[in-house]
Amino acid sequence: MKGLPLSPTRGRGLIIGVPWFWLGLFFLLPFLFVLKISLSEPVLAQPPYLDLIREVEDGLVSISLNFGNYLLLWEDPLYRSALFGSLKISAISTLFCLLLGYPMAYAIARAPSHWRLPLLMLIILPFWTSFLIRVYAWIGILKGNGLLNNFLIWSGLIDQPLEILHTPLAVYIGIVYSYLPFVVLPLYATLVRLDLTLLEAAADLGCRPWKQFLTITLPLSLPGVIAGGMLVFIPVVGEFVIPDLLGGPDTLMIGKLMWTEFFSNKDWPLASSLAAVLLVVLIIPFVALRHFEQREETI
Amino acid sequence: MKAAISSVTTLALALSLATANAASAEELHVYNWSDYIAEDTVANFEQQTGIKVVYDVYDSNEVAEAKLLAGRSGYDLVFPTARPFADRHIKAGLYQKLDKSALTNYDNLDKVILNSLTDIDPENQYLVPYMWGTTGIGINVDKVKEILGDDMPLDTWRLVFDPEIVSKLSACGVSLMDDSTEVLTAARAYLGKPVDDFSTEAINEAADVVNNVRQYVRYFHSSQYINDLANGDTCVAHGYSGDVLQARDRADEAGNGVNVAYVVPSEGAVVWTDVMVIPADAPNPAAAHKFINYLLDPAVIAPITNYVAYANANAAATELVDEEIRNDAGIYPPKETQEKLVVLKTPSERQIRVMNRAWTRIKTGQ
Repeated sequence: MKGLPLSPTRGRGLIIGVPWFWLGLFFLLPFLFVLKISLSEPVLAQPPYLDLIREVEDGLVSISLNFGNYLLLWEDPLYRSALFGSLKISAISTLFCLLLGYPMAYAIARAPSHWRLPLLMLIILPFWTSFLIRVYAWIGILKGNGLLNNFLIWSGLIDQPLEILHTPLAVYIGIVYSYLPFVVLPLYATLVRLDLTLLEAAADLGCRPWKQFLTITLPLSLPGVIAGGMLVFIPVVGEFVIPDLLGGPDTLMIGKLMWTEFFSNKDWPLASSLAAVLLVVLIIPFVALRHFEQREETI
Repeated sequence: MKAAISSVTTLALALSLATANAASAEELHVYNWSDYIAEDTVANFEQQTGIKVVYDVYDSNEVAEAKLLAGRSGYDLVFPTARPFADRHIKAGLYQKLDKSALTNYDNLDKVILNSLTDIDPENQYLVPYMWGTTGIGINVDKVKEILGDDMPLDTWRLVFDPEIVSKLSACGVSLMDDSTEVLTAARAYLGKPVDDFSTEAINEAADVVNNVRQYVRYFHSSQYINDLANGDTCVAHGYSGDVLQARDRADEAGNGVNVAYVVPSEGAVVWTDVMVIPADAPNPAAAHKFINYLLDPAVIAPITNYVAYANANAAATELVDEEIRNDAGIYPPKETQEKLVVLKTPSERQIRVMNRAWTRIKTGQ
C-alpha cells in the first residue's frame, strides 16, 4: 500500500468538505426546493403549483414571485397560534423528559459498572420496535375501554372511564414516552465521565450531598442537559404522528397544520412557506446557542 | 477449495435466477381504499394471471389526490370518488383513456350508473364505476338510546350537529369525518339548505354549524370510527355506509354485545360512486386493464360486495350477491331513501379554497 501524497492542508480540507457536502446535498438543496415552492401559487395540475420561471415567448422568460403565502402566515392568527402551540407543547415535553430522564441517567451512571450495559440496553431496546407501533400501542392503553381504564375500574379507584385519549394529556404522554431515550443517552454520556474525586473533595470540605449536586454535578452535566433538551425540543416542534394519533381536535400543532395544508388543501406553496418559517424559528435559538458557546470558549 | 468454488457458482446461479424471475414477473401497483376488497380477490387474480400485485391503501380521497398530483406515484390503478375528485382529476389531465377493447366484461356494468357519470366523463372514457354508497351516521344503538331516550328519532343529522344533543353524547364519543366536502355538505343538509350551494356565505353557514359542536367532537377521522364503533369505543360516527356496516359485522363476529346501526338521515345525504382510473403515468396500464376486467366479472365482484358491504356497479352481479346483503336497506337503499339522496356537484377552485380555509379553522379550533 502506498500512502496518498496529500499535503496536510489538503487532507484537512477534504475531511471538512465531506460534512459540508453532506449538508449541502441533504439539507440546503431540499430547503431551496421548499423555498422555491413557497414562492409559487397553487394550481390544480401535476405538480400542484406554478413554476416560478415561465417562458412567455421564444427566449423571453418571466419570473413571478408570490410572497402572498408569507403574508397570509403573518396576517392569519391561526398559523401564529399553531406555532406557539407547538413551541409550548415542545417546551413542556422537554421539561418533563429532562425531569424524568435526569434521575434515570444519573442512576445508570452511578450503578455498578456491570449493571450499566444491561440498564442502557433497557433504554435502547424499545427502538427495536417501530416507532409507529409503539405510539399505536398507547391508543390501546389510553382509550375508553383500554388497559389503563379497565385496570383503574377493576381496582375500584374510578367508576367512570377517564377520557385521556384524544386530549392534550395523551399527546404529552406519547411525546415524553417516545423521546425519553434521547435525553437519557446524552445525559448518561456526560454523567458517566464526571470526575468523582470532585465530589469526594467537596464532601471532605463538608459540603452536603444536595449542595454537591447543585454546585458540581448539575453544572458539569449541563452540556448533556442542553444536548438532550435540543434532541427533544427540535423534533417535537414539527412532530406529526403523535398529535395525529393520540391528540384530539384541540391539539393545535404546526405539524398537523402542515399536513392539512399539504394533503387536505393541496396547497403546497402555503405548506412550504410554513416549513420555511418553522426552520427559521428553530435555527435562531440554535445559532444563538453556538454564538454563546463560542464566546465562552474565547473567554 | 473445489467445494468453495462450486458453492460460489451455485450462489451466482441462484442470484441470476432470482433477478431473471424478478424481471419476468409482471407487477401491478394498486392504490385502493382500506377495507375495500375481499380477502382473497388479489390472491385469486395473481394465481390466474401470474401478475404480482402490490397493494397499497388510503383512507381519504385527499391523500390519494396528493399522491397523484405529486406525479410519478408509481400506481397503475386508483379508486377515487367520482365527485368532486375524479372530475377535477380528469380536467387536470391526471388519467389516461381506457382501452375498452381490453375490457371484455364492460357490458356487465349498470347502464344507469354509467350514464350518471357522463356529465363529468363524456362517453365514459376514463372512469369505470366500482362501488357506490352513501354517507350517513353510524350509531351504537343501545348506548345512544340509553342517553337520549327511546323517543328520540335516530335518522337525523341532529345526532352530530345539534349542540344540545351532541353535548349529551360527547362523553360516549362523537366523531366527524376528516373530509371538508362531506362534513360541510352534511351540515347544509342539517340546516335544510341546498347542499350544492358553495357560495362563501353558504360555506360559512355550514362551518358555523360544525364550530358549534366542535368542542363535543372527539376526533375528525375518516376510518378510525370503524374499529371504535365495533368495539363500543364511540357512540355516533359520521361515516360511509359500508364502513359502518363493516363495524356492525365485526361487532357481531366478536359477540361483544355492541349493536351498531347505519342510518341515512331524513334531511338528506350524499350518494357517491367510487371509480377505477389509470393514472396517465402508470408504469403498467396493460396489467391495470386486466385487473379492471377481472373486477368486472360478476363472479368476482359479488363476493367483494358481500365482504365490504357496498353495492357494486355491476348489474349482472346483483343476483349473485347474498340475499341478506341485497335486502339490507343500508347497502341497497329502498326507493323512499333513494329520494333523499343527493349527488355532489364539483366546487370551483376558488370555492374549494374558501372551503379549505373554513375547514382548517374548524379542525384547529380557531
